[in-house]
Amino acid sequence: MLGLIALSLLLIGRYTQWLTPLRPHLEVISAPFYWVTNIPSKIGLWFDDRFTAKQDLLEENQILRNQLLIHQGKLQQMATLAAENLRLRHLMNSSEILQDRILVGELIGISPDPKVHKVIINKGSDDGIYMGQPVLDEFGLMGQVVSVSAYTSQVLLITDNNHALPVQVNRNGLRTVAEGLGDLYQLRLRHVSSTMDIQEGDLLVSSGLGQRFPVGYPVARIESIVHDPGKSFATVVARPAAHLNRSRHVLFVFSRDEHGEITPVATTP
Amino acid sequence: MRWIIITSFIVALLLAVYPLQVDWRWWRPEFIALLVIYWSMYTPHNFGIAAAWGVGLVQDLVEICPLGQNSLGLIVVAYICHLSYQRIRNYALWQQAMWVFVLVGIYQLFGNWVGGLVDEGVESPIFLLSAIVSGFMWPLIVVLLQRIRIYLHLL
Repeated sequence: MLGLIALSLLLIGRYTQWLTPLRPHLEVISAPFYWVTNIPSKIGLWFDDRFTAKQDLLEENQILRNQLLIHQGKLQQMATLAAENLRLRHLMNSSEILQDRILVGELIGISPDPKVHKVIINKGSDDGIYMGQPVLDEFGLMGQVVSVSAYTSQVLLITDNNHALPVQVNRNGLRTVAEGLGDLYQLRLRHVSSTMDIQEGDLLVSSGLGQRFPVGYPVARIESIVHDPGKSFATVVARPAAHLNRSRHVLFVFSRDEHGEITPVATTP
Repeated sequence: MRWIIITSFIVALLLAVYPLQVDWRWWRPEFIALLVIYWSMYTPHNFGIAAAWGVGLVQDLVEICPLGQNSLGLIVVAYICHLSYQRIRNYALWQQAMWVFVLVGIYQLFGNWVGGLVDEGVESPIFLLSAIVSGFMWPLIVVLLQRIRIYLHLL
């Protein structure tokens, strides 16, 4: 009898959407477990913070200062470039690039199931997180929000078996789709014909075509291209730019306004 | 008796979601399944199949699986335990461990079958790794829990 209930729950969850509105409320009970299991690593970080030698801190400070200087130098150029870009876009009558709003979250858990590439972040609907929101780390695109409860949210990584996203080659704007393979270090490009201009080391950026991810964030770098004469498409494997198993802090991108409408992201003229 | 069962499951859930390196997650023993086997084998009057079902549902929520995945596996395991505890309890611990390996393997098989239903199954039998580790954990769990129960005068 209970087996039947469990089975029917499974089938209902699989083939209908009836359980979807319930889950965020039920998943609140999972948050404390992730909080508690996060404590040891928090303590480790705390010790790292407290017991760093003064010399190390001074060195790190020096490095950070240098980086800041370099970045600010680049930023000065950036301002003029952005202005110039805007003028050119005005000339071509296309829409303006809008700056995305960003919120920083902290990773508090990863999915215990090795088949599923999901992480749990300590920001939820109370902080304005919504379903489908893109998530970055400092190196590139990480994934998207697939479930939100009040205080936590689950992020599906781009390497999960069930995930694919539209990308383009940064060098020449060639558009393809990158799909996850269930391996944290690999993405595969779909339907790349042998004549496409694509090289090892090419940077893939999000193309914004799926209306889900904002355009222009780095996704992966091409690692290998194998042309098999027996297959109609080349096998192209890329390595994700984001540090999917190391990043502790993630950035939520708000590319929509409060009403859930997609604000116009840049369109290629 | 009831609260020690609940406490043990809370501890097991914590261990089950404790963040591990990605490649090591295959080796994590199934603590919840081990506890369900233990409680339904050693105190069958306190831990029925309905309890196993409830525990499975909580595990589904905590571990972000489709609702019903773990409860399905756990009630099968609990049912087999309830049928066979009188015989199995008399075996030596290492013989029990082999039996537990088979039970956890059955549980894993159900999990993987449900995973296949939602496109998350794996084809290689790598998922049985954690059943092997669970088998090795079994004597440890039995000794530990028996000690605790003797200490609390609950045996």
